[in-house]
Amino acid sequence: MTDKEKPSKSATKTATPAAKAPVKPKRQPKPLRSGQSIVPRESVASTALIFVIGIMTFLACLTLGAVSMVNTSAAKWQNDISREVTIQIRPFDDLEMTKAIRDASNIALQFSGVSKVTALNDAETARLLEPWLGAGLQLDELPVPRLLRVTLADGAKPDFVKMREQLEAQVPGSTLDDHRTWVDRLTTMALTMVGIGSTVFLLMMAATVTTVIFATRGAMAGNKDVVDVLHFVGADSKFISGQFQKHFLILGLKGAACGALGAIILFVILGIWSSSSLATPEGDQISALFGTFSLSWSGYFWMIIVLIMVAILTAVTSSITVRRQVNNLQNYRK
Amino acid sequence: MRKFLDETGIALLISFENVGLRYGIGPEVLSDLSFQVAPNSFQFLTGPSGAGKTSLLRLMLLSLSPTRGLVKVFGKEASTIRPEQMPIIRRKIGVVFQDFRLLDHLTTYENVALPLQVRGKMEQDYRQDVRDLLDWVGLGDRMHVHPPVLSGGEKQRAAIARALIDQPDVLLADEPTGNVDPPLARRILRLFIELHRSGTSVVIATHDLSLMDQYDARRLVLNSGRLQIYD
Repeated sequence: MTDKEKPSKSATKTATPAAKAPVKPKRQPKPLRSGQSIVPRESVASTALIFVIGIMTFLACLTLGAVSMVNTSAAKWQNDISREVTIQIRPFDDLEMTKAIRDASNIALQFSGVSKVTALNDAETARLLEPWLGAGLQLDELPVPRLLRVTLADGAKPDFVKMREQLEAQVPGSTLDDHRTWVDRLTTMALTMVGIGSTVFLLMMAATVTTVIFATRGAMAGNKDVVDVLHFVGADSKFISGQFQKHFLILGLKGAACGALGAIILFVILGIWSSSSLATPEGDQISALFGTFSLSWSGYFWMIIVLIMVAILTAVTSSITVRRQVNNLQNYRK
Repeated sequence: MRKFLDETGIALLISFENVGLRYGIGPEVLSDLSFQVAPNSFQFLTGPSGAGKTSLLRLMLLSLSPTRGLVKVFGKEASTIRPEQMPIIRRKIGVVFQDFRLLDHLTTYENVALPLQVRGKMEQDYRQDVRDLLDWVGLGDRMHVHPPVLSGGEKQRAAIARALIDQPDVLLADEPTGNVDPPLARRILRLFIELHRSGTSVVIATHDLSLMDQYDARRLVLNSGRLQIYD
């Protein structure tokens, strides 16, 4: 018998008498439940709403990231500046500059928290003045003030008022600059940035809430027959709002996840680009303004918080909107 | 059954006193209506088309408030019912709408189980009750299908089953035989009579005289917005 003539295994099976009888397919019991929720998901799900929530979350995360970066940079500048003060000694005809510098250094070093006093030498002073007076400056020919850089220990806050009084009394022509003006300006700038960022963030959240309110009203209008039936069979506003809330929570999560993820990816890319262009002029300019342009872990953490917040805000807003509408429907004296 | 007594000690489920209704600034569509629905009673609400039967049912269902007069439901003045109390009142009133109002995306079983679901009951606790009721109304083999597949009579019976599932104190039915042939109308009427015998008060709004002739019951006749009662 050739292979062709051999009956196959299945053919052998069908040849048995029991198998000859037509096999009755087992009747599956039909499901009682449709698998649909009371308010159909498709009637609430809106790509446009996911898109809007995504954009709002993206912009909110960008704002948050930008504010976080500027705030970190400002804090760093502020820290750098506040770790140094400067003593300036103006020359007089009868002033012995070397003695004045020594006296001023001794006075400064008496105060606790002062770790080092360095007088700028002629070359350093000349370099500072180079942009205005040109190279090859002979300091002996000009009555140029001399500067002393006073370095402070970390977190130290010497009594600058007392130091200033002592310097003015004992070293004529000396002044103390504690960089207070710069620090104040930086603090104001940082606070302004945080204020603007917070306002923009709040406006975006308000726009998201308003959008969700309109979307919820639209979804309720689209499901008017469902809401009416639920109302007539005795559903309370909590039950009805719960039917919408679960859909809006998922919508909010989807939109917010897209937006936050987009912002996180953007910051990661900017961080990589910034660190790879450190040596270039444009990279230097950007790092002067924004630091390293990389977001701290806390920045990413807050973006995740924004994501969760937007999703919860969407669900809560829709729930409140539905409850208000249902309460209005259930108000007998309307 | 819970008793709701009025001032004179008579048990009442629904009570109307000099009730009038107008829509906007139009004429009164219902005038000086005074009647009561007692526990375990059966009544037909009838009258020509446009007489205001549906408006009166909506007043009884508290989905409309009257322009004047006093409406009491389960011994409570309707105007004093707060929105949060409304669901509790509605759970005691079963309603069969003329247009059925079944949810097309849910199965017949789910539609009928809806009142129990909104009360927070677990499905395993009510599954058999819903099956039994669907068997009782003759939809035992149609419980898994969606309403668009049901015939008019089947939809009607599904709507009735939904109204009855939680054993309401009062059943309000708006033209429940309006879309069915006479044999099915008789069958539906028998359902209402059985329900009445089990202790539920029934109000059937209909303009089908032959239906009313099949059962001797109280008749509330609306004509030009006024009500005449034939006990």
